[in-house]
Amino acid sequence: MEDRETLTNLYHTMLLIRRTEEKILELLLQGKLASSMCHVSIGQEAVATGVCSAMQPHDYLTSTHRGHGHIIARGGDLRRIIAELLGRETGYCKGRGGSMHLVDVSLGHLGSNGIVGGHIGIATGAALWSSLQNDGRVTVAFFGEGAMTEGIFHEAANMAALWRLPIVFVCENNQYAMSLPWTHATAEHSFARKGEAYGMPGIEVDGQDVLAVRQVALQAIERARCGEGPTLIGAQTYRFLGHSRGDPSPYRDKEEETRQRARDPIRIYQEYLFREGVLTQTDVETIEAKVAEVIADAVRFAEESPSATLDSVLEDVFA
Amino acid sequence: MVRKIRYREALREALREEMQRDPRVFVIGEDVGRYGGAYAVTQGLLQEFGPKRIIDAPMSEAIIVGAALGAAVVGGRPVAEIMYIDFATLAMDQIVNQAAKLHCMFGGQLKAPLVIRTQQGTGRGAGPQHSQSLEAWFAHVPGLKVVMPATPYDAKGLLKSAIRDDNPVMFIEHKGLYALEGEVPEEEYTIPLGVADIKRPGNNVTLIAYSNMVHTALAAAQELSQIGISAEVIDLRTLAPLDMDTVITSVTKTRRAVVVHEASVFGGFGAEIAASLQERLFDILAAPVRRLGGLHVPLPAHSQLEKQVVPSVAQIVQVVKEMVSTEVAIRAASA
Ligand SMILES: Cc1ncc(C[n+]2csc(CCOP(=O)(O)OP(=O)(O)O)c2C)c(N)n1
Ligand SMILES: [Mg+2]
Repeated sequence: MEDRETLTNLYHTMLLIRRTEEKILELLLQGKLASSMCHVSIGQEAVATGVCSAMQPHDYLTSTHRGHGHIIARGGDLRRIIAELLGRETGYCKGRGGSMHLVDVSLGHLGSNGIVGGHIGIATGAALWSSLQNDGRVTVAFFGEGAMTEGIFHEAANMAALWRLPIVFVCENNQYAMSLPWTHATAEHSFARKGEAYGMPGIEVDGQDVLAVRQVALQAIERARCGEGPTLIGAQTYRFLGHSRGDPSPYRDKEEETRQRARDPIRIYQEYLFREGVLTQTDVETIEAKVAEVIADAVRFAEESPSATLDSVLEDVFA
Repeated sequence: MVRKIRYREALREALREEMQRDPRVFVIGEDVGRYGGAYAVTQGLLQEFGPKRIIDAPMSEAIIVGAALGAAVVGGRPVAEIMYIDFATLAMDQIVNQAAKLHCMFGGQLKAPLVIRTQQGTGRGAGPQHSQSLEAWFAHVPGLKVVMPATPYDAKGLLKSAIRDDNPVMFIEHKGLYALEGEVPEEEYTIPLGVADIKRPGNNVTLIAYSNMVHTALAAAQELSQIGISAEVIDLRTLAPLDMDTVITSVTKTRRAVVVHEASVFGGFGAEIAASLQERLFDILAAPVRRLGGLHVPLPAHSQLEKQVVPSVAQIVQVVKEMVSTEVAIRAASA
């Protein structure tokens, strides 16, 4: 069994993602977000948390339009995240990127992307450079199952396996790409067979089980670091809410939603921690309070920060 | 009185009518069926026409266009939807090297009667990868037609013509216009591709625009009329083929022209219009042709900043005033 600190941190991270996104939705409804684009990952917290917990500080990752969880799990600064969403100069992209374009180079977070699959190319290139430099870093590319039907994914997977690049492809299969169910997106649903086709292991894991995700990620990252090449991880999860605001998901079966929402990764993990005597109800309440405080501080910081300006955008068109 | 419907409803009517008229017409794209389209244009069509004619494709822009193109070559009349024009970049080979070239390259033996419906532009703070205006890229490719409707009436009539056209057509809508209401007659009509429309007659200056900037230009014309300047507003409606005759006739009369679009001025379509005007009307122009467009900058995902990037009514008014006073100044100097 993992040590108590690791186990507690995983819980803390998942809760921080959940509560932050709940706050983001609240800010969105209050009309405080600077952009109309915002996708939350509620229900998928175990994937970001488990995978990031398996990474080393000098590793890289690339992220998606649904990327709040990835940057938070990587240890991103909540103040700068909220400031970014509120369009403030103190945000991660000086307030001009918004929810879809978070980044923190100091953490090896090479950016989240509005073009589905676009960042998979960048991730592959980062791994190529690590391989050429032999710098010991591993790159994690997070993407949704929808991205697996884009050409860039196939080209990247082929190249990474061919050249044994130190990269881990993490597919967060939340079962839908907007309205398109995974069953209608591809004829081959086995990640093992998908991986095999490129010449890399494909491993499926319960994405609602943070410890299982962590185990699989530890192995894949180790394999990549040893020069054995990429792994395709298929983490089975579920998008609890709509694709974005204003999507009540009428295309989803209500019974399916109820069944899937019952598998809340945070609740599942909390029950495990109680069962194993790692945390008590009081511990959980303490963590809840700490999380609430951090979020309140971040919102306060963001609201007090100056708004982004066009002059600052114009300065950055070229490096 | 003519009924009023929204831009998105006008587009939907065009699709529906063409699908009823011609069984070869079908729609393919991401979230066009069950979801009804990201901007709700195809809402209800899946129920009406079934999954063989309203096809929800995987998220694969290259093959969505490729499959539409292949089907077009062998007898289909596809309407492919690319959710944002920014994603057309993923299908550029199929659009630029394939669809645009087929007919001429193969000695006129193949045809690509294909419509690619997409939308572009600002208005939602959607950011640098969801708000670009890329029409000039497509207009620059021989073999592609480029249509950019500004009103529900034009949207319907032009989409019907685009579907009936035997060439690949980039049909570029604007995300800020979907809720716009306008008069659309119940009876059937089409609007030919390549015919501009004078949206407001005037005598002192010609404002040349397309897509959402037509409305900005109209608002500017209204304001200018209050200070005694009569502006003619031309909506190009299609960039390729381009109705330069209507523009020339107008500017011959007004002797002043401003081209307005949301896309960056640098390398934008306005340069084509401005260059043509000076080539043909240099001697009669009362002032240099002016271009107004977006700043040459990736669009910020910040609604307030986004507004500052694209041309405003105030900017158009200001530029026209400058043109008028420049002319007065020149006259004064030569007197
Ligand atoms: C290239 C491209 N095509 C389409 C879109 C529009 N779009 C944004 S998210 C999305 C669904 C993505 O599905 P998935 O990759 O499974 O990620 P999820 O949203 O489920 O997290 C679509 C179609 C886009 N942003 N980029
Ligand atoms: Mg998905």
